[in-house]
Amino acid sequence: MTTLRLIEVALGYEGRSVLRQVSLEVRGGEVLALVGPNGVGKSTLINAACGLLPVLAGQVLVDGDDLSRMSPPERARLVAVVPQGTSLPPAFTAFDVVLSGRTPYLGWLDRVGKADEQASLMAMARTGTFDLARRRVGELSGGERQRVLIARALAQSAPVLLLDEPTAHLDLRHQDNVLSMVRALAVERGMAVMMSLHDLNLVARFADRVVLLSDGGVRSIGLPQHVLTPDELASVYGVKMLVLAHPVHHWPVVLPG
Amino acid sequence: MPSTPGVPHQALDPPQVALSSLPPWLWALVAVMASALLNAAIGPVAIPPGIVVRILLSRLPHAWIEPSWPATFTTILYQIRLPHTALMALCGMALGGSGAAYQGLFRNPLADPYIIGVASGAGFGAVAAMAAGWPETALGLAAIPLAAFVGALITVLFVYNLARVGRAISVTTLILAGVAAGSFLSALTSLILLITTHELRRAILWLLGGFQVGGWEPSLVMLPYLTIGLALLALLGRPINVLQYGDEQATQLGLNVERIKTAVIVAASLVAATAVSFSGIIAFVGLVVPHLVRLMWGPDYRRLIPLATLGGGTVLLMADIVARVALAPRDLPVGIVTSLIGAPFFLWLLHRARERKFDG
Repeated sequence: MTTLRLIEVALGYEGRSVLRQVSLEVRGGEVLALVGPNGVGKSTLINAACGLLPVLAGQVLVDGDDLSRMSPPERARLVAVVPQGTSLPPAFTAFDVVLSGRTPYLGWLDRVGKADEQASLMAMARTGTFDLARRRVGELSGGERQRVLIARALAQSAPVLLLDEPTAHLDLRHQDNVLSMVRALAVERGMAVMMSLHDLNLVARFADRVVLLSDGGVRSIGLPQHVLTPDELASVYGVKMLVLAHPVHHWPVVLPG
Repeated sequence: MPSTPGVPHQALDPPQVALSSLPPWLWALVAVMASALLNAAIGPVAIPPGIVVRILLSRLPHAWIEPSWPATFTTILYQIRLPHTALMALCGMALGGSGAAYQGLFRNPLADPYIIGVASGAGFGAVAAMAAGWPETALGLAAIPLAAFVGALITVLFVYNLARVGRAISVTTLILAGVAAGSFLSALTSLILLITTHELRRAILWLLGGFQVGGWEPSLVMLPYLTIGLALLALLGRPINVLQYGDEQATQLGLNVERIKTAVIVAASLVAATAVSFSGIIAFVGLVVPHLVRLMWGPDYRRLIPLATLGGGTVLLMADIVARVALAPRDLPVGIVTSLIGAPFFLWLLHRARERKFDG
């Protein structure tokens, strides 16, 4: 199974340092959640983990291979991304969008083949978006769009999946739906999944491990019940929090107070 | 096709956005051929389209067609009408195809070779070459497209980099940069026209979009440039689709964004510059045609580029008919007709864009 590994990574934009000394590992079949206050660098970290943003120091490795030494298609065959607040060409159909996931397998003069269409349709079937295939993405609801983007990432058939705030602007049912699907995919395909999430209760339910980012670095990594403690949360977010155990499922429940 | 578990078998064909059961390229091909026929038929001496077809067919080997027309018809058709029709068709195709490609490159449905200043850049290159007497050298007419290509390429790179703010390309800065570059280059072109004399008249008529070089030579000179450029653009349709997601997503999807953009810029500029070299600056064809194609057949650049190419030929051939009929016996430069029709269309698009998001 594939492992995504970040070793002492430093990130920033034009002289402004965002994150320093970030080391973490995501194993195949595992869901890792990135949490932390706004502007701490969650999206920056995701952009670095897919090779879009060059690291200032350190290395991003997929099974020991350095992403910075790869071409865009080589990287995209290993790492798929569901970006945040994605703008999609509104007149493209959902099928067009999913089909674009096959880009890393096509040379620039290659045409889309039957195998690519098949892979895209299978990805749509798996994410419950098959019936949306002919719809224009501009007409889809937030939840539908997000599932179409996950289908695109599956069509890319990369062993590492990154999601940036996949539940932003979704209602409760769609939050549940999307994150359950991500979890199931991690398990059934052995994908290494890293996602940023704001909602700590969703983190507690759906993540195997949590990375808490604060002050330009990693503050703690571990199981949700070890990282999401009242002391840690108070010092990172500056808000008093109460952490209880769920009465039925025993995962941590975070409440203000 | 083998059936796949979990996938309804009848639904395996990819979705199509076509409005008609006939393939779009057939429509576009019939339209361009019909307008070419009409274009060749109309003029001071009207030759009925049926006769045009018979004259053409009678040239085929083993075609048993009795010449039932005056011999002058054949002469007029082969010496005057058809060369002109071919040139119009080629220029229109070049404008339509390059317009679609620029729209894809800039992710902006208002981009066209005229609006982003590329036509003015090509025009400057072409006029500079004419003023320097290049067509009299061994290169002949073929020198003009090359000079125009260099002018177009420099302009598009300049406008592109000026319009890019950080990592994104802003629509407003793109249009402003295009207008500024276009005005500057048009002024330079006018300056050259003022200080040289021998090519003055021809160059001014050329600038207005008239076709002053007769015969088959311009078409033959254009053909290789256009074939290479348009074929490359048509093949780049799928990567151009991926560019529509924006640079970041396109890179994450595994596209070599800079390389694809460079290829599109070079091919589209070659095509646009070739058209400008022999037609002068004809505005709005590259803007209007991709729009109409998009409205009818959707935003997929794999079909948009070839269809806009054929559609551009149709539109310019029809505009040319208007130019020759409207004030007959006087011929108007075709650029006047495309601007008179295209500019209101452009304004209507702008108006519509405020009410509804652009398609594609």
